[in-house]
Amino acid sequence: MADKGSFEVKVGLAEMLKGGVIMDVMNADQAKIAEDAGAVAVMALERIPALIREEGGIARASDPQMIKDIQKVVSIPVMAKVRIGHFAEAQILEALEVDFVDESEVLTPADEHNHIWKHDFKVPFVCGCRNLGEALRRIGEGAAMIRTKGEAGSGNIVEAVRHMRQVQSDMKKLTVMDQDELMAAAKDMGAPFALVQQVAKLGKLPVPNFAAGGVATPADASLMMQLGAETVFVGSGIFMSDDPAPRAKAIVDAVTYYKDPAKLVEISTGLQSAMKGLDMSEIPEGERLQERGW
Amino acid sequence: MIGVLALQGDYEKHIQILDQLGMVSTEVRYPEQLDSIAGLIIPGGESTTMTDLMERVGFHKPIREFSEKNPILGTCAGLIMMARSVEDSRVSSLGIIDVDVDRNAYGRQVHSFTDSLPVSLDEQSKSTKATFIRAPKISRVGPTVEVISSYDGEPVAVKQGHHLGLAFHPELDDVTIFHEFTFKKQFETIHAA
Repeated sequence: MADKGSFEVKVGLAEMLKGGVIMDVMNADQAKIAEDAGAVAVMALERIPALIREEGGIARASDPQMIKDIQKVVSIPVMAKVRIGHFAEAQILEALEVDFVDESEVLTPADEHNHIWKHDFKVPFVCGCRNLGEALRRIGEGAAMIRTKGEAGSGNIVEAVRHMRQVQSDMKKLTVMDQDELMAAAKDMGAPFALVQQVAKLGKLPVPNFAAGGVATPADASLMMQLGAETVFVGSGIFMSDDPAPRAKAIVDAVTYYKDPAKLVEISTGLQSAMKGLDMSEIPEGERLQERGW
Repeated sequence: MIGVLALQGDYEKHIQILDQLGMVSTEVRYPEQLDSIAGLIIPGGESTTMTDLMERVGFHKPIREFSEKNPILGTCAGLIMMARSVEDSRVSSLGIIDVDVDRNAYGRQVHSFTDSLPVSLDEQSKSTKATFIRAPKISRVGPTVEVISSYDGEPVAVKQGHHLGLAFHPELDDVTIFHEFTFKKQFETIHAA
C-alpha cells in the first residue's frame, strides 16, 4: 500500500531542494521569471517582506486564486506562507496542494503560544529558527525543513549569519557533551530530549537546514552556504533589486559554485544595484520579525 | 572513482550510499572533471534547475560522450535528464536512455509516496523500498530498453546498456542495490586493487 505524507516523504522533498534557490514571488509573472532563472521552488506571497514592513497592516496567507495562477505557470514546487499557529490557513493551502507550507514569522502571528501541530498534515512544513532549541521544537512539531529566520525584508545578512552561527555552535557543543549532560542541555534550550540526543550523535539537524532572511547578493548566498546552509531562500532580495532576472540567475549560480571565488567573480560582475536594505538600528526592537515564534 | 553531479539536488545522499559501499566518490561541478571518473550519478532535484546549470557550463555534450564508455545512474530528475525526450520545453535532456518521460506525473507533493517494489536485477528478483517524490512517469520505452521494475503496471526503472534510470529515490531509503549494480565493474576494480 502506498504510504503518503509520512515524515520521510516530507523530508524527501526538502532533500531534493538542496543546492537550489527558493524565491519569493508575488504573482505569476514573477514566478515565471524565477523558474526561468533556475529557481528550485517559488514561495507565493501577496507582499514580499520589504513591502509588508513598509506598508504595515496584518499580513495573512495569500489569496488562493493567486496561488492557483502561479501553480498554473510553473512546474517547480510552489510554497506558500501561513501565520504562526493558523492551522486553518494551513488546511486551505494543503487542499490547494501547495508543495510546502512555511509557518512564517513574516506574517502576523495568529497564536502567541502555540505553533501548528504539523504531523497532522500530509503537506510538509518549513519553519524559521534563531537557535537550536527553536529548530528542534519546530522539528518536534513536525517541520520537515528548517531555515534561519534572519531578518526578512531587511536586505541585511547580519541576522541570518547570527542565527546560522548560533545553530551550528549549539550543535557542535552537543556533540562533545557526555550522555549525562544532554538532559540538562535539552532543558536549557527547551528542546525535545530525543531530538537533542539525535543531534548529539549526528552533529547536524535531522532535516535539511536552509538559510533565509537578508540574502541580497551572490556573495551573501555563498557566505550562508559556507556557514553550513544547505541552500538559501531569497525573499525581497530579487524583486526589490534593479535587475530581478539576472540577479536571480546569479544567486542560483552562486549556490552551486559557492566554494569557487573565481567563478563568483564572473557571477557577480555586471549586476545592477542590490536592494537598498536596512541597518538593524533602523528597525525598532518591537518591529523585528525574527522575534515572532516561540 | 564515481562522480556525483553536484549542481543541485540530493547529491550528498548518493555520496553517503557510495561511502557505505566503500566506493571513492567526488562531487562534479565542472565538465572537465568527467575525465577523472569512471561512472556518474545524476541525482534527484529539479530538472529545470539542472537544465539551466548544465547549459551554463556546457555539460550536455561532455556527458553524452562520457556515457558512451561509462555507466550513468539517474534517479528521478536524473532519469528525466537521461531521457530521450521530455514533454516539457523547459527541460533539455541528454538522450542517453531511449525513453520519454512526463515530469511530476504522479501529482504534487501531497501525492508523493513510499511503497515496496519488485525489481529484477541480474536475472534475480528482489523486493525494494521505493520513495517517489513528485515523480516522473515513463510514457514510452524504446526497443533496446529493459524494464527492470514496474509499479501499477507502469515502468519505473529502466536499463539500457550500462545505464540505469529510476523514477524513485533509493538514496533516500539507504537502498544500495542499484548503485552496486550500475557500478559493479568499477567496484570490482577497486577491490582487486
